[in-house]
Amino acid sequence: MTMFRPENLDDALALRAEREVLPLAGGTDVFPARAVDEAWGRPAALPLLDLSGLFELRGIAETDDGYRVGTLATWSDVIRAELPAGFDGLKQAAREVGGHQIQNRGTLVGNLCNASPAADGLPMLLLLEAEIELASRRRRRRLLLDEFVTGNRRTTLAPDELAVALHIPRPPGDVPSRFLKLGSRHYLVISIAAVAGLVALDGAGAIATARIAVGACSPVACRLTALEAALVGRHIDGGLVPLVAETVPPALSPIDDARGSADYRREAACVLVRRLLMESHSGRVAA
Amino acid sequence: MNDVSARPRLQLAVNGERHDIPAPAEERLSRILRDRLGLTGTKVGCDAGDCGACTVLVDGEQVCACLVAGGQVVGREVLTVEARDPVLDRLKESFLTRGAAQCGICTPGMLMAARALLESTPAPSRAQVEDALGGVLCRCTGYVKIVEAVLEAGTISEIPAAGEAVGGRLAKVDGAGKVAGTEAFGADRAPADALWLRVVRSPHDRARFTVGDLDGFLRAHPGLERILSVADVPGSNAHGVYPDLKDQQVLADGLVRHRGEAVLALVGAREAVEAIDVDRLPIDWRPETPALGLAAALAVRGGPVHEGHADNVLARGRLVKGDVEAGFAGAAAIAEGRVETAFVEHAYIEPEAGFAVRVDGAVPEIHITACTQSPYMDRDSVAGIMGLAPEQVRIIPTACGGGFGGKLDLSVQPLLAIAAWLTGRPVRCAWTRPESMAASPKRHPTRIRARLGVDGEGRMQAFDFEGDFDTGAYASWGPTVTGRVPVHATGPYRVAHVRNLTRGIYSNGPPAGAFRGFGVPQAAIAQEAALDAVAAELGLDRLEIRRRNALRAGDETSSGQVLSASCGLVACLDALAPGWQAMLARVDAANAAGGAIRHGAGIGCMWYGCGNTSMSNPSIMRVTLDAAGITLHSGAVDIGQGVNTILTQIVADALRLPAGAIAMVTGDTGLTADAGKTSASRQTFISGKAAELAALDLRRRILSQANAGADATLRLDGAALMVEEGELRRALPLDEIRLEGAGSFDPPTTALDADGQGVPYATYGFAAQIAEVSVDRELGTVKVHRIAAAHDVGRTVNPTQVEGQIQGGIAQGLGLALMEEYLPGRTENLHDYLIPTVGDMPEIEIHLIEDPEPLGPSGAKGIGEPALIPTAPAILGAIAHAIGAPITRVPALPHRVLETIRRAEQERAT
Ligand SMILES: Cc1cc2nc3c(=O)[nH]c(=O)nc-3n(C[C@H](O)[C@H](O)[C@H](O)COP(=O)(O)OP(=O)(O)OC[C@H]3O[C@@H](n4cnc5c(N)ncnc54)[C@H](O)[C@@H]3O)c2cc1C
Ligand code: FES
Ligand code: FES
Repeated sequence: MTMFRPENLDDALALRAEREVLPLAGGTDVFPARAVDEAWGRPAALPLLDLSGLFELRGIAETDDGYRVGTLATWSDVIRAELPAGFDGLKQAAREVGGHQIQNRGTLVGNLCNASPAADGLPMLLLLEAEIELASRRRRRRLLLDEFVTGNRRTTLAPDELAVALHIPRPPGDVPSRFLKLGSRHYLVISIAAVAGLVALDGAGAIATARIAVGACSPVACRLTALEAALVGRHIDGGLVPLVAETVPPALSPIDDARGSADYRREAACVLVRRLLMESHSGRVAA
Repeated sequence: MNDVSARPRLQLAVNGERHDIPAPAEERLSRILRDRLGLTGTKVGCDAGDCGACTVLVDGEQVCACLVAGGQVVGREVLTVEARDPVLDRLKESFLTRGAAQCGICTPGMLMAARALLESTPAPSRAQVEDALGGVLCRCTGYVKIVEAVLEAGTISEIPAAGEAVGGRLAKVDGAGKVAGTEAFGADRAPADALWLRVVRSPHDRARFTVGDLDGFLRAHPGLERILSVADVPGSNAHGVYPDLKDQQVLADGLVRHRGEAVLALVGAREAVEAIDVDRLPIDWRPETPALGLAAALAVRGGPVHEGHADNVLARGRLVKGDVEAGFAGAAAIAEGRVETAFVEHAYIEPEAGFAVRVDGAVPEIHITACTQSPYMDRDSVAGIMGLAPEQVRIIPTACGGGFGGKLDLSVQPLLAIAAWLTGRPVRCAWTRPESMAASPKRHPTRIRARLGVDGEGRMQAFDFEGDFDTGAYASWGPTVTGRVPVHATGPYRVAHVRNLTRGIYSNGPPAGAFRGFGVPQAAIAQEAALDAVAAELGLDRLEIRRRNALRAGDETSSGQVLSASCGLVACLDALAPGWQAMLARVDAANAAGGAIRHGAGIGCMWYGCGNTSMSNPSIMRVTLDAAGITLHSGAVDIGQGVNTILTQIVADALRLPAGAIAMVTGDTGLTADAGKTSASRQTFISGKAAELAALDLRRRILSQANAGADATLRLDGAALMVEEGELRRALPLDEIRLEGAGSFDPPTTALDADGQGVPYATYGFAAQIAEVSVDRELGTVKVHRIAAAHDVGRTVNPTQVEGQIQGGIAQGLGLALMEEYLPGRTENLHDYLIPTVGDMPEIEIHLIEDPEPLGPSGAKGIGEPALIPTAPAILGAIAHAIGAPITRVPALPHRVLETIRRAEQERAT
């Protein structure tokens, strides 16, 4: 095993084009995966391509139409960044990733590239309609995240490509978004289910826009488009309970695992969605 | 192009010093620090970011050194626990004096995480401290004292006056090295020329296999020195903890019975060993249908696990007293408690590690330096495996980074011994986290039914208990569990008619062995649930019904033993009573408000026999006075619980000298006498007594040497021991004197008859705990808010340590109740196997009850295991109180709690 540590993107892309390498950002997914292999006697095969020397890929910056999150931006960078209320949910997600050690190293882009069904970054980024920018020697392209993450541990990243940034359009209005994570302990826990939401009301208290996404309840986190559409124009009241119960479960395809059963995930997702909607109404925070 | 790996060296700045290190750029920073710079204060518990033991600061931010490649920190500042830094120094001092380090393996990580916080936030809130420490796991302390130590870093804590050591908050005598990061654990030291050993393990739960041409493989892999297979075991390949039951294999002989069982061992240069792809070894696997879980094991799925046990039943335990049917016939109310539990992993933060050296003298010896809880047993077992006399085996325990019963069994020792013996070279190894979890013993999964009949006043009349314990592929301590549980199964109560039956069942799960409480924690869940259920039926308060039934001095236990003294359960309950009433009132008030969150209160009691069941289990201690001063020679292993400190305090008081005057030699089977295992909550009681006797003996000898009377005072004065009494002043020059005091203690017990009647233990610890929880009725999540714990410890030798044991026990009890479930192949890392973090801990209030044990040193008895036993019953009782239905399967994961709520709703509806 070896490690390459290019100092600019061109060199990195050249390396990427030349040979099979494993990109390394914060390493918080790469090294744990290696630990499992090592424990069972399977030595790592691929050389690492360390991206941490690529200063051009750092930072979170405001652009004309929104924000550019560099591929090396960590969860801690997100927590520290000055961002509009629409990013509140992303900050909440960031604060609940692992512990400080993981937040200081792990990157949003690494989280997306790793493509775990339980990745906590994806629900909020889906709802913020982020695009990922991919670069290779051949081309640069931008993809919406549902075109990028396509399955459990599957992305459309080409073998010669690197992700270089996320582009996030300015969120609508100044409405806070919200992220609710369900796990069976505090800190260092992978989501059993997670819900992200951004709900804007009109002057009369009716829902003007609703964006809601669910994580850990399908191979890839997904937006609840049927619910979102049905919510527009409605008031937040008890009538939402049957609507949620009707629209949420069909959008999900959860699995049974050590963390929870599929049935439980479906039910929990409904509860979280309901709570999120109720909170957008009252502004209160649920326990 | 900048290919760092082509350059042989890395330039790193660590603790303010520049280093030019010959390391590949992709090597983990943790490994560079430890192996290349010798900075072993940075610990490795998982190599996967899950435990935080490797936490260091990079440019002031806390990171897991195991998740950072060395090449990634070139040009950045790395700070480790070894750094000289005023903030770190304050934290170390605070950790030491407040008892925040028990075993000490998590301490460097905790210190570094705290250091990162204090740098930016000099006066943090409790919530900020918890956030900062959230990424570091501790399995010993329950985090309480760690959080306090960070909050109060920089303030001076109480330092005990010399002279009266027992009862004082003496800081850990072996604590300085733990907070400094200099203490050597199993993986921290080895001879520089040591070869590396890696075990090749079964990926299958059950399989037959044949091994092909190993010689060819060896020849094709330069740097690999040897591949050990079963043919290389010089003595007996069979081992086990009982003299008459040796069912476990050092290396599998064509058949593996659980995932993770050792098949081969690769020995050679570390790089060469680590480069080997195990899948390419010539092993031909033929997987067979495994019996996983009690139901499959009892159905003998796939055939018996061991020949000679056609029904997979390994052992049975039985206790019968009175006429249980008659007892039920006369009962006013009868109720049942049922529970199924899972494999629970010890999850000590230190994976098993050590090294062995062959020493060739007139009689060749093998010396094994490793973490362990039981040096003498290790010695004898390794001797059998090596075909050597026990005297040819020397066990040198390292500091032990947590044990809890899991390091009573052999781990790295036999293969290291064989490898060092055959190669003639020192050999070292450190298990990875997944391998530690797959190969080390677990708490037994159980299926228990307890039936209880009471009279109209709630007095227990009849108790009928059946418990099956899945002991996995090998016996380990299974028969101890099936033997201990029947004695304790009624709980700490008077019952006239009892029938307690247990079975230990072989399966293809990991071996289940000793884990804090030997099956009693699981039994207590069902038994206490039954008691809650009859209390509900009679409309009795749950604390009151326990008080009515509590064993008191003069009562007879279900094994027919009359307890003559030290039965403090009633005092424990009385201490908790006001808090219990307040808790119930709070819960009612909170529930009156309605909503999705329901509150509940629960109570659990326990008793626990200190020492081995109906077995001689002596401890021998020596205290010497010579040129080295006063030295306690103790074979009792301190696994973090603090026996070194306890013994020092006891010896100091018996000699009437300050604790600082006592030095210690510990653990090494070459230098100390057998103190028995560190298990069964026996060291304070038994070794404490032996140490007290040894010290008294030495004092007698000193006084007689000085011709002084019994009340003379002793004082160490430079190179002399001063003996003073009235006018008499005698100086005993240390370099001219050699005195030795010896003490041994074996608690009086008798054998149990066929009905389990007799005196199994000389003394029992008693305790009660109450818990307040809230349950989210829609999500099934549980939050434990408060636990109050009252423990009768006989005499508190060191309040800081007793509190630490209780807080740590509560954390493990909480884990058992709410989150811990080991599933082979699925939760074999600390990412998926969840133990409580700092954020999961409730507020804890402790009441220490002192009902002295006449046999114990200064009246003391054990606390190690009692700390954990009442916690799960109290929490589960509180959940049942909140949701109106008992939890019958633990851990009470959210989906299980929600299922229970739904089922109860349906039952109420029909
Ligand atoms: C203890 C612990 C707790 C955790 N808790 C959580 C949690 O609560 N929620 C959660 O969602 N995740 C969690 N994680 C997972 C992990 O921290 C996140 O997924 C993290 O964001 C990954 O980022 P990274 O920079 O560390 O990725 P890396 O490990 O460096 O890389 C991850 C993957 O992405 C690829 N990659 C990275 N960058 C690029 C790029 N620019 N172009 C192409 N490919 C790239 C890598 O090759 C690799 O396959 C946890 C991990 C640990 C160890
Ligand atoms: S060893 Fe690095 S987190 Fe456990
Ligand atoms: S003291 Fe924390 S793990 Fe032992």
